[in-house]
Amino acid sequence: MSTAASPPDRRHPTAPADGPAVHDPAAAGRSDATGPLLSVRNLTVRFRRQGEEDFVAVDDVSFDVRAGQTVGLVGESGCGKSVTSLAIMGLLPKRGNTVTGRVDFEGIDLLSLSPRQLRDRRGRDIAMIFQDPLSSLNPVVPIGVQVSEVIERHVGLSRAKARPQARELLSKVGIPDPDRRLSEYPHQLSGGMRQRALIAMALACRPRLLIADEPTTALDVTIQAQILALLKELVQDSGTALVMITHDLGVVAGLCDRVNVLYGGRIVERADRHELFATPRHPYTNGLLASIPRLDAPRGQRLSPVPGSVADNIPWDHACAFAPRCDRPVAACREVTPELVTDEAAPSAPGGLPRALRCHHPVEPGQESR
Amino acid sequence: MARYIVRRLIQMVGVVLVLSVLLFAWLRSLPGGPVSALLGERATPETRAALEAELGLDQPLWMQYVKFLSRAASGNFGPSTGVLPGTDALKIFLDRLPATIELSLFAMIIAVALAIPLGYLAARRRGSALDTSSIVVSLIGVAVPVFFLAFLLKYVFAIELHWLPVSGRQSGGLDATRVTGFFVLDGLITREWDAALDALAHLVLPAVALATIPFAVIFRITRASVLEVLDEDYVRTAEAKGLTNRVIRGRHVLRNAMLPVVTTIGLQIGALLAGAVLTERVFSFGGIGEALALSFEQRDYAVLQVLILAAAAIYVLVNLIVDVLYAVIDPRVRTR
Repeated sequence: MSTAASPPDRRHPTAPADGPAVHDPAAAGRSDATGPLLSVRNLTVRFRRQGEEDFVAVDDVSFDVRAGQTVGLVGESGCGKSVTSLAIMGLLPKRGNTVTGRVDFEGIDLLSLSPRQLRDRRGRDIAMIFQDPLSSLNPVVPIGVQVSEVIERHVGLSRAKARPQARELLSKVGIPDPDRRLSEYPHQLSGGMRQRALIAMALACRPRLLIADEPTTALDVTIQAQILALLKELVQDSGTALVMITHDLGVVAGLCDRVNVLYGGRIVERADRHELFATPRHPYTNGLLASIPRLDAPRGQRLSPVPGSVADNIPWDHACAFAPRCDRPVAACREVTPELVTDEAAPSAPGGLPRALRCHHPVEPGQESR
Repeated sequence: MARYIVRRLIQMVGVVLVLSVLLFAWLRSLPGGPVSALLGERATPETRAALEAELGLDQPLWMQYVKFLSRAASGNFGPSTGVLPGTDALKIFLDRLPATIELSLFAMIIAVALAIPLGYLAARRRGSALDTSSIVVSLIGVAVPVFFLAFLLKYVFAIELHWLPVSGRQSGGLDATRVTGFFVLDGLITREWDAALDALAHLVLPAVALATIPFAVIFRITRASVLEVLDEDYVRTAEAKGLTNRVIRGRHVLRNAMLPVVTTIGLQIGALLAGAVLTERVFSFGGIGEALALSFEQRDYAVLQVLILAAAAIYVLVNLIVDVLYAVIDPRVRTR
């Protein structure tokens, strides 16, 4: 059943009217002028387990990404955000899982494509960058070849003709001395350089959608900021839409137009970035916001982390999966599965999915624990 | 790199020297000896003493060794006493070396050409019928003794079915021209196609027998290594780039998976020498493996010393080549 279409039985207060910034709709290529570039509907991923019930890693997830937009998928490790991205890319293992729902990219359901058709789109229309730049690069192949092979594959250029483009890309992502770097190997580059090289590979064919799976987690804090700034600049310049997968709301604040907060494989809150930060409604979102260290906090004030961790198998049956960790549970939270309820009064999403919340006892404005 | 190779070659000389001392002492501590082998157990003490003096075996051990070493330094390893009495031991080794190289090379080609593709496929289709049956075959490959397999192949394909020759390197009736000592190569160089084909036919059975263990080991290492590489993040990156299967297989999976396989192939080339002793004996192949067996039976000290020291040198040399090759494949080793 479609959660997106479920009728609103609870009205949310109106949030600041600040629609998602569409940087350059014209850059969306073949994308429909009005429809979203990527439309994920009821995406569910189950992993088969021997002698046990299937593990539902992603449960009925729906979200939209419009051309040029940056959308965040936020949550802790194990909440299903990475599995969501791999399912969109068709990169989940061939066996041992079932994926249902729809992933429409420019009107075509990616889940219905053959491996070959999907292969033609990957790296050209949709690209992805991963968490750990060292392990994501082939250790025995020069950086230049790893960049130019994408161009060779999708543009059909020869190695010799693709090389100047690879050099251009490396310099565009801020790698100094790109001529030398082309013939170097991953172990000869610093962590930040490696992630820049991966970004160059991802953007080589000017994809219309880029999925970044925690691209800064493995990097030093100073490098993190540089890489985020670079990503922001590149997607704005090229009009590439970005799906940012992160556990870090700081990253969301600096980058995303729309945010989907995931918990236990389900979306628990969906909002415009400004709304989310101004009036977090889900206790989990609220907790995540409260756990961000603040420079303006009084000295000696302790950080307030969200207690506990995502359980191995999160029970959404007849309960809210977050209830055991929630600071404001009511009786219903342990008896009734909360539905994702949309707030159609929120003017946040022209053409996209409206603000939505999955909670029996949401945080009221003014009650935020910060 | 050049300095590294020189250092390794000096190490090799050290290894061979130390081994020569041990070998010299060990051979002479064995029961029997060239005198008993030549004269039999019933010879009179006088004739035994005379022969011992002639062979220099009456002298103290350390003096025999010093003499051996000083002559060996100028390439003289002494005459054979048993295999081909009177013939220079080094000449026996050099005459028989091409046969063993030809056989080992052929066996290694068979092993590698089968093991690597099969190992890759088995890993890619883990748990499939192909995977399971390959594992069983490779298990049998290591478990069945080489000499048994050699006899079995000879019996079935040569003696019963007459498909392939029973023994030797070339059929007696052929008057083939000798150039290099590698019979197949000789046939190709001189355009004596029938001789080349005949030599090849003689190679098949011993090479297959010799290839089983290297095949089994290389197959297992390839399979395990490919399985490991398939789980690597960079293979996922390559998939995310939408690269073709061919590029992912060659550039991203096999190139990385080959690193442990190359080491294994090197070690197996060394192990081939051991297998050659048995295989060459069964097929009377006329290589150094067969010579080693013969000279051992006859306690031919001179020939044994040359063969074993040469085998050790080859083993070290092959591993040096493997290490150099490793640096060529893996850039991380190069800069270290």
